[in-house]
This record gives sequence, C-alpha cells and structure tokens, in this order.
Amino acid sequence: MFETLILILDSTVRLSTPLLLACLAGLYSERSGVVDIGLEGKMLGAAFGAGAVAYVTANAWLGLLAGIGVSVALGLLHGFASISNRGNQIVSGVAINFLAAGLTALLGQTWFRQGGRTPALPEGGRFRDIAWPYAEQLREIPVIGPLYSELLSGHNILVYAGFLAVPLTWWVLFRTRFGLRLRAVGENPAAVDTAGISVAWLRYRAVIACGILCGFAGAYLSIAQGAGFGVNMTAGKGFIALAALIFAKWRPANAMFACLLFGFLDAVSIRMQGQEVPGIGEIPVQFFQALPYILTVILLAGFIGKAVPPKAAGIPYLKERS
Amino acid sequence: MSAGQLPRWVDYGLIPFVNLAAAFLVSGLVVVLIGENPLEAVRILLWGSLGYGEGIGFTLFYATNFIFTGLAVAVAFHAGLFNIGGEGQAYVGGLGVTFACLALDHIVPWYVTLPFAIVGSALMGAAWAFIPAWLQATRGSHVVITTIMFNFIASSLMVYLLNSALKKPGSMQPETRTFEAGGRLPFLNDVFPSFGFGYAPVNLSLFVALAACVLIWLLIWRTKLGFEIRSFGANATAAVYAGISPVRTIVITMLISGGLAGMMAINEIMGSQHRLLIDFVSGYGFVGIAVALMGRAHPVGIVLAAILFGMLYQGGAELSFEMPNITRDMIIVIQGLVILFAGALEHMFRPAITRLFTPSRALAAEEA
Repeated sequence: MFETLILILDSTVRLSTPLLLACLAGLYSERSGVVDIGLEGKMLGAAFGAGAVAYVTANAWLGLLAGIGVSVALGLLHGFASISNRGNQIVSGVAINFLAAGLTALLGQTWFRQGGRTPALPEGGRFRDIAWPYAEQLREIPVIGPLYSELLSGHNILVYAGFLAVPLTWWVLFRTRFGLRLRAVGENPAAVDTAGISVAWLRYRAVIACGILCGFAGAYLSIAQGAGFGVNMTAGKGFIALAALIFAKWRPANAMFACLLFGFLDAVSIRMQGQEVPGIGEIPVQFFQALPYILTVILLAGFIGKAVPPKAAGIPYLKERS
Repeated sequence: MSAGQLPRWVDYGLIPFVNLAAAFLVSGLVVVLIGENPLEAVRILLWGSLGYGEGIGFTLFYATNFIFTGLAVAVAFHAGLFNIGGEGQAYVGGLGVTFACLALDHIVPWYVTLPFAIVGSALMGAAWAFIPAWLQATRGSHVVITTIMFNFIASSLMVYLLNSALKKPGSMQPETRTFEAGGRLPFLNDVFPSFGFGYAPVNLSLFVALAACVLIWLLIWRTKLGFEIRSFGANATAAVYAGISPVRTIVITMLISGGLAGMMAINEIMGSQHRLLIDFVSGYGFVGIAVALMGRAHPVGIVLAAILFGMLYQGGAELSFEMPNITRDMIIVIQGLVILFAGALEHMFRPAITRLFTPSRALAAEEA
C-alpha cells in the first residue's frame, strides 16, 4: 500500500512539473495584465524546438535553449499583438495555439519526415534522471528510504528547476521592485504610468518571463520526460496549467499545490485504469481526465472561495484618450 | 465625418482585405520555407477546391460546418462575449442529432427526422453553453475560461458515452450503430445530379445553414432582442442603464450561440457520417472563430469566409496529395495567421491607412 502510494506520488511529481512550469509562466503574464491562453501553443513550440535542436546537436542544454527561444519568440508575438497593437489578447492567444500546432507538425514533417515527430534523441540529447547521493543504499530503510530514493531522488534537473521556480517566482513578484511594479501594472496600469514607468516595457518583460518558463515546460515534455517531440504532445496541458493558475488564484505557492493536485489526479487515473474500486466499481478514466476542468469551473463559480483575476487583465492599456 | 474616421468602404473593405492579404502573404512565406512554390500551391489549391464538381461539393460540405460554427461565434461577439466553446457545444450537439436519428430512423423518412434532429442538436449545444453563460452572468466567471474547460469536459464525456451506453452492441469501435435511411439526409448529388458533386458529402443541411444565416441576420438587426444583444455588446453599462437585463442577454445570447454550434452536428452526423463517432468535430468549432473574425460577424461575411475556409480544407487535402511536403497542417497554420492578422493585429495597418486617407480629404475640405 505504502509502496503504491510512493509510486503514485513519484509519477505525480513527474506529471505536475510541466503544468507547474507553464502555470508559473502564465502567472507572470497574467499578473502584469496580459491574459495568456497561448500557454499551450508556446509549450508545444518549445517542445518542438527543444526536440529538434537536441536531436541535431545531441546536447540537451542547447535543446532547452532552443525551446526557450521558440517560446519567447511566440511570447513576443503575443506581446506585439496585445501590448503594442492593443489587440484582443484572447484572440492573439488562440492564434498562437493554432500557429504552434500547425507549424510544429508541418516543419517536423519537412525536416525529419517521420510524420511530424522528431527522431529519437541521441545520447546526451536528453536530460537524465539524477540519483541523489546514497539513494541506492538508503532504499531499504522503511518509510524514509523510499521517500528519499524514489520521491526526492531520481528526477531530471528540470523537475527540480520547476519546483525551485516556485519560491523564486514568489521572491521576484513579492520581494523585488520589479515584482511590485509588475503586479501594479496588472491592477492599475494608469497609476504605474503616472509614476513614470513604462507600462509597455514592464508587460513585455512579463511576457518574456512567461516565454522562458513555457520554454522549460515544453523542453521538459520532449527532451526530459519524453525522448523526442510528438505531434500535439502537449495535449491540453497548457489549458490545465491555465486552469491551475485560476485554481491557485494567481499565487505561486498555490500554483504548486494546484499543479500537484492536477498531476495527482492524472497519476491516479493512469493507475486506476481497469481497476475496481471496492463499493463503487470501476471509475471511468474519463472522469479523472475531466476532473481538473470540473474543479476549476466549480471554483470559478465561487463555490470554493473566489478567484479574482488581476484587475486590468485582458484590457489593453491606452496611454492617452483622444 | 470627423478626423481620423475612415470611409465605410475602407473600414469594411480595404482594412479586412489588407489584413487577409498579410495573412496569406505570410502563409506563402511558410510554403517557401518548406521549399515549395507558393504560386503552384495556390494553383493546386484553387483547382482542388473549385476546379471540378466533386471538389466544389467538398468545399461546400466543409463550408456548411463553418457557417454554423462561424455564426455561433459571431452571435456571441455581438453581445461582447467570446464563445471559444463551439468545439464542445458541437460535440455534445451530436448527441441531440444521434438521439433523434436512433429513435426515428426505422419509423419515418428523413424529412420527419430532420426537424427533431435540428431541435435536438440545438438543444444539446445550447445546454452545453448554458452553464458557462449562467456563471458569467451571475457569478462573474469569465465565459472564455469556462467554455475552454467545457470543451475538455465534453471531450471526456463523449469518449465515455461512446465507450459505454452509446456503443453498438458487440462492436469494439467507440461509435453508435449506422443510421437507417430515415436518419440520413439526402446528398445534394442525388437531389441535383446535374451539378456533378460525385461522392462529395455535401447534403441538404447546407440549406439549413443558409436559413440559419437569414434568421440570425433578422434576429440581430431586425428584432428587439437583437437590438438588446448589440447594445449590450457595444456598451454593457449603458445597456443596463437603459433597462436591458444583463443576465437575460448573456444567457440567451450564449444559448443561441451554443445551439448554432450544436447544429453543426447535423451536417457531420446526419449528413455525412450517419453515425456518432469520436472527435467528429475535429477542430471545426475553432475554425468558427477565424470565420467569424474574417466575416466581421455578419452573416454575409460569414458565408463568404466559410466558403474560403471550405476551399482551404478541400484544396488543402488536394494539395497534400500533390505536394506531400505541404501536409494538412498547413491549413491550421493559415487558420492561425488569419486569426492573428484579422483578429489580434486587426489595428496594425489602421494608422498607416488612416494617414493615407486623411490628407487628401483635409485638402478637399479646404478647397470647398
């Protein structure tokens, strides 16, 4: 029983990492007042960029860099449309999702001719799991042993990066001047503008930060968790991350718990496939798959607390009214 | 006409045209990037979609889907709402069509089943839009987010239903049994053999779609409800001050929107597949966003945009035969670019065009 629990928790950590990275990415963007439903597309683009470059160079780090590059470029496109041109942020996000879905499959097929997938990564092209010191020796100790050697040890570096990004994001947003201004620009951009700070430049920096984290999330999928890019490999994770962001009420620590919860549901649903629950019978997998979305809707309905988005989210800032 | 305002033909003709041209120009660059000749690609695309009867038939078949989903998004636009949930609403709308067909196909001819299928699909689609609408209206949760969530919930629900209650007994395929003649709309090729639509699945639901266009035009521009919807979309505060109920407007608009999206299933399920199957919507709900943006939320524009996207879908299929490098994913790229340039970057060219038109008129004003 305990062993099963550890195994489920272990896969929870693996499954929630991409959600967490993307969720924190969205946090930067939305806290600055730029709504981003293009998380999915940015992740997908990053996964492709990382998979392609890691395959060609056999270097996971270059792959990660390429993933970040693609994701930041898409983020800047979102910024150009929604900050500079004051376009509709939702429409822009939808466009980015389509562009990423189409371009990755199209270019993947043109470059690698494997139906849109990138070829399996060579040695060195993938982030390997890191075994912590004495993980093997401590395995036999009851309770602590499995906790240490299964749950804490034996993940790849991006998993640790994802969880370290939580306190880092908290510190940046709530303990630095940049973070204060970023949050202010998401609540009342006019006040920030009056203080002589550029609203556009702040929001652009938020969008870039969002791109970087989405780059990590995408790279995790293709060159850490998986061994290559597959067509539409994000499969809605960007939207689950968005749901988690709302569920977390736009706060970093909550974001981690929300992503862990959604990752846990995913892990359980994989585990439960075809298994009978005593007294209830077999719970359909689809129920677990839909649960994150159902929970988010219930939260949005205001039945579990209330999720209040940043006040200026989604509204383009117009410096002067003419 | 005050300064900075543009003539109507510029606003409704030139600027959308420039935006579209930009989208297609970038699409051409993508084709060049893949190493194919974009002009040749356009030629194949035009020939494949309009060059022969069967191609036109397929174009119109896809266009029928896009008219429904485009209208769905457009109606919501008029009330200032963004219904991204067309995908899920159409998927669940398939249930309504399927119930009608499964219940009636043995007993009555198709023209008796059709009204039930229309009502069924519209009801199911509307039902799927109801909760997001109600939550937006009364609890202030944003309809964009909730409809996205409902797309995923719909997908899970339908996979579950098709694997359990709706599955044909004894079959491994997650789909219902095939409908009998009473659950099949006639193909246009059988009704008008002279057009030579061949094996194209274009069917009578095209006329249902066109009728929906007329009705929606009447509704939006010729009824009190339409006036309320447009007022609410233009300025919600003013509309409420004028006594228009926000809850009623939001909910009714979204119900109409969801119903229209649901009706897309008539074309796919009753018109072509003749059974309910997994993922039959395959992105048509999302194309509705591009169609509505491109058609400027007006039924005439939507029909034109739907035909254009129908051409892209059919011509794109042809294109992937002729130029294997250009897979059908190219259509998704074009779709993304259209949404980007006609939607998000809609104002990008406006300042330049305004400058182009203002000085000449200023001069004319001086001379007068």
